[in-house]
Amino acid sequence: MATKALGPMRRKFAPWDDPAARPFIEFRNVTKRFGDFTAIDNLSLIIYEREFFALLGPSGCGKTTLMRMVAGFEEPSAGQVLLDGQDLAGIPPYRRPSNMMFQSYALFPHMSVEANIAFGLRQARMPKGEIDARVEEMLNLVKLKPFARRRPDQLSGGQRQRVALARSLAKKPKVLLLDEPLGALDKKLREETQFELTDLQQTLGLTFIIVTHDQEEAMTMADRIAVMDHGRIEQIATPAEIYEQPASRYVADFIGDINILEGRVAAADSASIRMECGGAGTTVLAAPANSVAAGQTAWFAIRPEKVSIALAPPTEAAVNCVGGEVWDIGYLGDVSIYHVRLATGATIKSTVSNHTRMIERPITWDDKVWLSWTPDAGVVLTR
Amino acid sequence: MGRRFSWFNAVSITAGFAFLYLPILLLVIYSFNESRLVTVWAGFSTKWYVEMLRNQALLDAAWVTIRVALISATVATVLGTMAAIALVRFGRFRGRSLFSGMIYAPLVMPDVITGLSLLLLFVAIGFDRGFWTIVLAHITFSMCFVAVVVQSRLVTFDRSLEEAALDLGCPPLKTFFVITLPIIAPAVIAGWMLGFTLSLDDLVIASFTTGPGATTLPMKIYSQVRLGVTPEINAVCTVLIGLVTLGVITASLIEKRRALRGQARAH
Repeated sequence: MATKALGPMRRKFAPWDDPAARPFIEFRNVTKRFGDFTAIDNLSLIIYEREFFALLGPSGCGKTTLMRMVAGFEEPSAGQVLLDGQDLAGIPPYRRPSNMMFQSYALFPHMSVEANIAFGLRQARMPKGEIDARVEEMLNLVKLKPFARRRPDQLSGGQRQRVALARSLAKKPKVLLLDEPLGALDKKLREETQFELTDLQQTLGLTFIIVTHDQEEAMTMADRIAVMDHGRIEQIATPAEIYEQPASRYVADFIGDINILEGRVAAADSASIRMECGGAGTTVLAAPANSVAAGQTAWFAIRPEKVSIALAPPTEAAVNCVGGEVWDIGYLGDVSIYHVRLATGATIKSTVSNHTRMIERPITWDDKVWLSWTPDAGVVLTR
Repeated sequence: MGRRFSWFNAVSITAGFAFLYLPILLLVIYSFNESRLVTVWAGFSTKWYVEMLRNQALLDAAWVTIRVALISATVATVLGTMAAIALVRFGRFRGRSLFSGMIYAPLVMPDVITGLSLLLLFVAIGFDRGFWTIVLAHITFSMCFVAVVVQSRLVTFDRSLEEAALDLGCPPLKTFFVITLPIIAPAVIAGWMLGFTLSLDDLVIASFTTGPGATTLPMKIYSQVRLGVTPEINAVCTVLIGLVTLGVITASLIEKRRALRGQARAH
């Protein structure tokens, strides 16, 4: 695998590579049907203790259903869900060792912030002194001490989000389920909260499962991401692997921006793959990949930031080099995205970091440019 | 916007309100009339209110009415709330649309038919008519009003609030009492108020289902009026109008406060 080439991981935590690691949450051939609709289709998945796991996919892909099965709000139609070795079938939500943070926050409007946080502890019949101490601890954790006696409707969106978080953490659950936890926050606050959540998860040493449709959110926070589509898992991997080694066009397209060129494999061996990409009118030389055979249809996928753009043709060999005209430029401040139209009419995007302060960039509309990339810059996908 | 003054609007509003409230205003004014003659003004007096309080039969009828209203409104609120929950929560159970249609039917059913059919039922099962038959009859129709009011609140109720309670370890029945009920309380109280007022001023159904010894205030008033309107009746009616107005205003204020708070939360 190309994993080694991806540079150091965020931290040394990879129980999924350790065959001796014990599964913490396990889905075994789980299927969930609602009438004729199959929300989860024979899905198996293992999540490890202390992992920050993200379920990522478009709405209706089954990610929320999967999470609700852990919480106990849905029972699988077939298969098993296990937590710490115990089959969860038939255990009602109020007896499960998981807690959930809801998308709408679901704060009890008729209770103060304190009472909301204490609610779960009261249900567990914890002594009053301990409840008070824990509520205090939680209020400090989410920095809401001065708002303890307020009611949810007297708080801002960000504060409500933190109350919801404190409430779901108060019982120290074995698993914290987060359903689109940052969806209602504005961009700045969302980015801040992403890092706070990651910190919190590492400090508390809990297992977090987050459901999101926001790929950036999943990439920033999660140890591993499961990309879902139509009740199935398309790929489970670390954020870097998902980005650099997508398993399919679906995953490649869902995560980040990508150029996909369809073509026919002309030659494939252990050293390289040569593809004829008719749509782009060029031949692509790419790094080897498993299960790619000569003669089959395949797709060459390359991220825009890995495509170099130049006004002069590169001096080296003519492989992985194609000429075109600048069709459109997207200036985002930190980067510029060049949409380059090839002779065949296809478009390839190239992203360039704007290292220098210049109002007028050297490459502009209608310029004749050359796009090039190294053989290991893109991946060959077969589905 | 066309908010300018227009004679047509002014006249139609005045005429409309006059048509609605002039008779009531007249009744209230004449309840303070010194004269025994209803149509001749002879100066201000509260003597008919004093007279009213001395009329034991009238007071007995008032006491019956209040008891009927309290009991029927309370029972109807419990049953109506349960019906509303069943309608909103249990998804598409068999016969759901029939059930929900049947909840609305008594709202538009003429009182005469409701009263007559209940009378037939009580006769058929040999139930002695009296206080309790009126109560039962009132529960029957107030329940529908409560169900409709509570149902409209439950439709907008965020189910995840209940799920959050369950998730935090609260069993379902307790969740209903500590989460759901306090949140829908304004609608439930408004439903109770509505049931109470409806029971208070019902004449037709009570007349059909009553028996010896159980005379409600509207029945008493009606029977007295047949012998001629006395200012005393005007006084009773004024008190009744006051009570009903108070009930309706309170119920709508409670609902409005909830709506306002909901809006505030949305912002």
